[in-house]
Amino acid sequence: MITVENLTKSFQGVNALNGVTLDVQAGTVLGVVGPSGAGKSTLARCVALLERPDSGAIRVDGTDITSLDGSALRAARRQIGVVPQGDSLLRQRTAAGNIALPLESAGVPGPQRRSRVGELLDLVGLTDKAGAYPDQLSGGQRQRIAVARALAANPSVLLADEPTSALDPETTGSVLTVLDRARAELGVTVLVVTHDMGVVRKICDDVAVLEQGRVVEHGKVLDLVGDAGSRTSSALLPAVDLNPVNESSYDRVADVVLVGFAAVGALLPEVANRFGVELNIVGGGLTRLGETPVARFRLGLNGERSDSALEWISEAGGAVQRSLKGPQGVAA
Amino acid sequence: MRSATPWSDVVTYLVEATGETLYMVGVSTVIATVLGVPVGVWLQLTAKGGLRPNAAVHRVLSFVTDLGRSMPFIVLLVALTSVTRLIVGGSIGSTAVIVPLAVGAIPFVGRLVQNILSEVHVTVVEAAITTGASTLKIVRSVLIRESLPALINAIGVTVIALIGYSAMAGVIGGGGLGDLAIREGYQRFNDRILWSTVAWLAVLTTVIQLGFTRAARASDRRRHASV
Repeated sequence: MITVENLTKSFQGVNALNGVTLDVQAGTVLGVVGPSGAGKSTLARCVALLERPDSGAIRVDGTDITSLDGSALRAARRQIGVVPQGDSLLRQRTAAGNIALPLESAGVPGPQRRSRVGELLDLVGLTDKAGAYPDQLSGGQRQRIAVARALAANPSVLLADEPTSALDPETTGSVLTVLDRARAELGVTVLVVTHDMGVVRKICDDVAVLEQGRVVEHGKVLDLVGDAGSRTSSALLPAVDLNPVNESSYDRVADVVLVGFAAVGALLPEVANRFGVELNIVGGGLTRLGETPVARFRLGLNGERSDSALEWISEAGGAVQRSLKGPQGVAA
Repeated sequence: MRSATPWSDVVTYLVEATGETLYMVGVSTVIATVLGVPVGVWLQLTAKGGLRPNAAVHRVLSFVTDLGRSMPFIVLLVALTSVTRLIVGGSIGSTAVIVPLAVGAIPFVGRLVQNILSEVHVTVVEAAITTGASTLKIVRSVLIRESLPALINAIGVTVIALIGYSAMAGVIGGGGLGDLAIREGYQRFNDRILWSTVAWLAVLTTVIQLGFTRAARASDRRRHASV
């Protein structure tokens, strides 16, 4: 749906983006994360068509939109709904008036405009605040109105730049829910730029990690968590080594990542039965990525067939991340 | 020793002079607003970080604006005589004063307007840009509408300033309250007229200022919190 190809951008000789390439499938949510100064904001501003990249392309449905001007540029901007960083609502307009702004620019006639605004207020759950001015709304409500405004002109892509940075955790949830609903109900492709891994945990299908203007990791969240070395797994999964393990009491110690209800619920009891091994969870824990339960456990195994048991877990789809104790080559 | 001017005559004087002042100031304010707001918008559009940054245009515009603002009004009043004659067909009287008043006020309004528009937060302007709004739309719906309360106040400030300038209208026979105070009051040692005019000017400017403040507040949606 939207692809970013080899994007570069520098400011006064400092490279903010060093050839960034990204691909977001239609109807999915990509989280772009990274430390401060990694180039997240620059990337967001390029995608929002507020900044022109030095080279590279941004394609929406195959068409490069980086070099447009005039009315073609304005039309492309309507293709990309933007939730900007910070307070961005017109303070002299009501919530409904703010949402109507893109429709006015698109020349949508009054009656259709009003019904569309009504749909969007409904989508973000603020129908009763239609006539409220931004100063009468909470931070989370203002941000939801900003999301509704971004969606007003039926864009195919929704870009949210740090949509939750100024919000408390509770309010953050309500804003993320709205983003998720936009994807689910409108089928819009979402690109969220954030420093908060909690956003990735809650709503992202894919994640891209940006460091020093480069993408250093890009893939499906649920795939990346199975990769022991990935930044995504270390940021999102429960820590396993909070308590030092008495390794001498086990034949084998290994970390496994289990994804999904079936794996988390049934795999370990089954492997214990099948191979007649004693199997203890000695570290780690359970978390949730979106709707999917994901576990990272440190296992201690006792029994002759411990290696076979680990191998079987690996074949059954659990990522056996490393065998802390035992012959190399067992780990997947 | 001449007896003091009867109060009924003082009132007649004041009414006539107030009419002249309001006429001169009112018409020139309208002209200065109609022409000064676009100047301010243009200044802000071409400024660094504006919607259409253009250093060269901005510098020329700034120079002309500041030149206009630094000109003492009484100099402008006499210097523009030939221009005034061209526009209104004469160079004396209240109508003739309107030309230099308006000319003097345009750069004044322009600079005020630019300062006010520059206060609109960049995030808000950029958000509007991303909706695909045209520059004209952003100027109207974002820059001007968002700063309307401040703009209304600025027009109020302009009116008060023009009342001050119009005191010099007497130089070219324009009349008005300032002229009344100087010519009938001060120069003819008529304390009653002088001080009545001063008091009336104080009342008049206060009422005008109050009116603009009210209007500005009525146009502002920001203070209506917690309804």
